[in-house]
Amino acid sequence: MWENIQHWFNRYFVDNGAHEWWLTGLKTTLLVTLLALVIGVVLGFLVAVVRSTHEQTGKLKFLNVIAKIYLTIIRGTPTMVQVLICYSIVFASVNLNNIIIGGIAFGINSGAYVAEIVRSGIMSIDRGQMEAGRSLGLSSGQTMKLIIMPQAFKNVLPALINEMIVLLKETSIIGYIGTVDITKAATLVQSRTYDAYVPLLTAAVFYLILVMILTHFMGKLERRLRRSDH
Amino acid sequence: MTTDGRVLIEVQELTKRFGDNVVLDGISTEIRQGEVVAIIGPSGSGKSTFLRSLNLLEVPTSGRILFEGEDITDPKVDINRHRQKIGMVFQQFNLFPHKTVKENIMLAPVTLKLMTNEQASAKADELLNRVGLPDKADAYPGSLSGGQKQRIAIARALAMNPDVMLFDEPTSALDPEMVGEVLEIMKELAESGMTMVVVTHEMGFAREVASRVIFINNGNIQEEGAPDEFFAHPKHPRLQEFLSKVL
Repeated sequence: MWENIQHWFNRYFVDNGAHEWWLTGLKTTLLVTLLALVIGVVLGFLVAVVRSTHEQTGKLKFLNVIAKIYLTIIRGTPTMVQVLICYSIVFASVNLNNIIIGGIAFGINSGAYVAEIVRSGIMSIDRGQMEAGRSLGLSSGQTMKLIIMPQAFKNVLPALINEMIVLLKETSIIGYIGTVDITKAATLVQSRTYDAYVPLLTAAVFYLILVMILTHFMGKLERRLRRSDH
Repeated sequence: MTTDGRVLIEVQELTKRFGDNVVLDGISTEIRQGEVVAIIGPSGSGKSTFLRSLNLLEVPTSGRILFEGEDITDPKVDINRHRQKIGMVFQQFNLFPHKTVKENIMLAPVTLKLMTNEQASAKADELLNRVGLPDKADAYPGSLSGGQKQRIAIARALAMNPDVMLFDEPTSALDPEMVGEVLEIMKELAESGMTMVVVTHEMGFAREVASRVIFINNGNIQEEGAPDEFFAHPKHPRLQEFLSKVL
């Protein structure tokens, strides 16, 4: 009995380099997601500030046009095509790690969605908040940072968490640029073992666990931010 | 009417248009130090727009506003510096809901490096005592009543040690039983010598506390004067009609 289990485990998770694929896959998925998250959130917040500042004051006209073009292109084309373009065209002549290329591609993609989420959050804050900040002598940047953004962030956190989950799972297409992530690892193990069930279900469980961990910590953050609600 | 104080705010031919709609039609007046000016008038008369122009929350279409001698409508002027000296209290309070009461009061002086954390904290405690809410320091605005919110909003504006306080219908969003507590704070503030400009529908406050009352209608000052004369012998027919409805 014990031997059978060990044999089964070795077959899918140890032999023929399986353990390396799983480990590499897990590492790749985590790194690409992390990098893309950072890029996406920073880019998204910047674009959102540009867009909402333009909407509310009419300033930043040029940057707003750039931001709109960016949003239109990114949201209007499939993520997979964007990743392939990044890999085969944009960074084709640069010797860059696939994980970094993937992180950049997914980050630029995610930034467009984060931008619209954050913008909706900024627009949802009553204009009296900006006026109160400005009437005290704070600059619009200070008011944005200290008054508007914290409230907007809290309001859109559920939508942001959703976007992070989508991003984490979407990195599964990075196998198309020849990088071993969790999904690619599963198909590699599948081709060596001639069995689809265990590798694919294992990949699914990996994603599920990662999403549950992410949701858990974001839920904690959400509850902490809700302290001021009554 | 107090006339001995120096001129704090001088308004020259202030005009504000939204498209074809003329909201302010060339208003000129001055606010002197120590004055309590009540601005009354029907809805849509432009009185709130006038008040909000004084700290440039509304940018005038034309005309000049001199604050302590400097033209703040000049785009080259750093308006943030002047706004530090012009406190404002809003109809809807506009407290920062994600900050505690004390953080609301301390935020601007600390961010603008006018006070250290300790100084701002001491100032906040003093102001909370002054508005009668020392036990609410660590509460969030969401847990306060309307009257308490407005008293905190007044404390927040006072934390900047302003030279003048603007009130934009400060009691209009309050339940009737809470109007008194806010007016009481404002009255004490007036008695302490603070220069105040108050847009209000509270005729009792205008009569009792104001040193001068301004009647704005159709974007113009149609009548102004000391409250006794203003309320007892209104001259302009539109003001007579307005007072007959609100008194």
